[in-house]
Amino acid sequence: MRQKPAVHIIDDEIIAPLGWGTSANLEQIKKKKTAIRKHVLSGENSFYAALFEDDFIQQQFSRLAFSEAETFTKLEKLLLLTVHQLLERNSSIDLEETVLIISTTKGNVELLDNSDNSIPEKSKLYSLGKTIQKYFKLKNELITLSNACISGGLGLSVGKRLLEENAYKNALVLGGDVVSKFTRSGFQLLQAMDDKICKPYDKNRKGINLGEAAAGVLLSTEKQNSTIQIVGEATANDANHISGPSRTGEGLAKAISSALKEAHLEASAIDCISAHGTATLYNDAMEAQAFGRLNLQQKPLTSYKAYYGHTFGASALIESILSIKSLQQNLLFPSLGCEEIGVEPILNIQQNLEEKKLKYALKTASGFGGCNFAMIFKNLKYA
Amino acid sequence: MHKNHQIPASVMLRNHQVIFNGKVIFETAENLELPAFLKACYQDLEIDYAKFYKMDLLSKLGFIASEYLAKDRQLNPETALILQNSTGSLETDLNYQAGISDENAFASPSVFVYTLPNIVLGELSIRHQLQTENAFFISEKFDASFLIVYLQNLFSTNKANAAICGWLDLDKEGYNVFLSLITQDEKGKALTAENLKENYEQFKTRA
Repeated sequence: MRQKPAVHIIDDEIIAPLGWGTSANLEQIKKKKTAIRKHVLSGENSFYAALFEDDFIQQQFSRLAFSEAETFTKLEKLLLLTVHQLLERNSSIDLEETVLIISTTKGNVELLDNSDNSIPEKSKLYSLGKTIQKYFKLKNELITLSNACISGGLGLSVGKRLLEENAYKNALVLGGDVVSKFTRSGFQLLQAMDDKICKPYDKNRKGINLGEAAAGVLLSTEKQNSTIQIVGEATANDANHISGPSRTGEGLAKAISSALKEAHLEASAIDCISAHGTATLYNDAMEAQAFGRLNLQQKPLTSYKAYYGHTFGASALIESILSIKSLQQNLLFPSLGCEEIGVEPILNIQQNLEEKKLKYALKTASGFGGCNFAMIFKNLKYA
Repeated sequence: MHKNHQIPASVMLRNHQVIFNGKVIFETAENLELPAFLKACYQDLEIDYAKFYKMDLLSKLGFIASEYLAKDRQLNPETALILQNSTGSLETDLNYQAGISDENAFASPSVFVYTLPNIVLGELSIRHQLQTENAFFISEKFDASFLIVYLQNLFSTNKANAAICGWLDLDKEGYNVFLSLITQDEKGKALTAENLKENYEQFKTRA
């Protein structure tokens, strides 16, 4: 069988309420600062979430001189800004050889909230990519995926898979979602939100906080100056329940095993884990089961949900970028919100910033529909 | 060399007909609403699966189509589920939106759960006990050449041995479903973008 080309991480970007750009995000995480705040809707009705300040995005947007007369939605602005940053830093990239992949769960769903019950074209999920294609004059096909909470990570998998088949040289993988009444009311109805800042893996965890963000990763089969390679990845369904995670963690364990197999690694080779850690009772318990099955419970593990909230289509992409930064900087980043561990088996929650030689990082995510995702990044400095 | 995957079965749901490998195998009166058509299909399939009644329409469409594909055969346990459509979960999104827009209406958490297009993949995984690769793509038009490349990667990396893939679209205008079973366990049409697309275009011209 012919050898598939290796897929490298060329650049990354995070635009989130926590910080503008990946470095600004890392500075906040190193200081254990969260972007989650209390937001009052009316009277007694409030919720905790990581939201952009009202005019922040517009300020950045006008500063970068997007001058088209077209009105863009908040999510379109976030994604356009992300692409702008990445393409400005990587101006030599051949766009003819680049595929655009966009991960989102709900896109511009807030546009369905209109008085005439119309269905605006921009409420279609693929419209996000069309906006970006038009603006940056990208001619290749557009891939949009909507696969619940694993979407952002799966976007990286899809990019890797297309590059491995030599369909393109580069992939620009984007992820993004914003907080709307649609998602907020839904998670309120599901009673899945904490009324304070969320507490991943803590015994008093009560649920998620909402968050909004965009992120982007540039992948390439040409190594350039990259020090990080994707060496394994997989998804697997629980085949158990559409909205509740499996009790046994079998699906997630299968995704991790399959990623390890592709990477030709034993679980013991993993140096750190960026997990899903939503802080719902059942998700965190399920993850502990899955990590336990593979004897990964001792590995330093971080959940970033108490910094960002759950940013849905962006979350697994942001958290993959943070795995990559861990490897590049040889730093374990602190998990936030776990005071007393409340999962079985006990996981090794990384509480503080710590320097350590790191060769392999595991990123996992799970979501509604029973989907699970795992990806392994390799630090080529220690090849 | 890649393993020899073929398309032994394909199913279309359109114009109140179920078309299996090019032949109409079930039809109802054309004035039936979609839920009634789906229920008639369910009865035609002679199955007993209570979860069917709880599903949203997109999941029901995917469920019925894949039941016809799985009928009289054992699915390979490593069958990936790869679907595309242009509208995501729009139909259920609109239902849920109606529930939160009107103060007198009732927004239901069980409707909210279906406001993700990949929920149907969860339903199919549960039904056929497939702990396999899943992905739901949103595309303005059916993208057969992308699917072929994607499947080629899944098969050549041994992440899947077989697949149910295709188009599962629903909006106010109507439904458009075309799913294929791809496997090396049975003989069928060659796995090419043309063979996947041919059926899709056939549908488009007759619509």
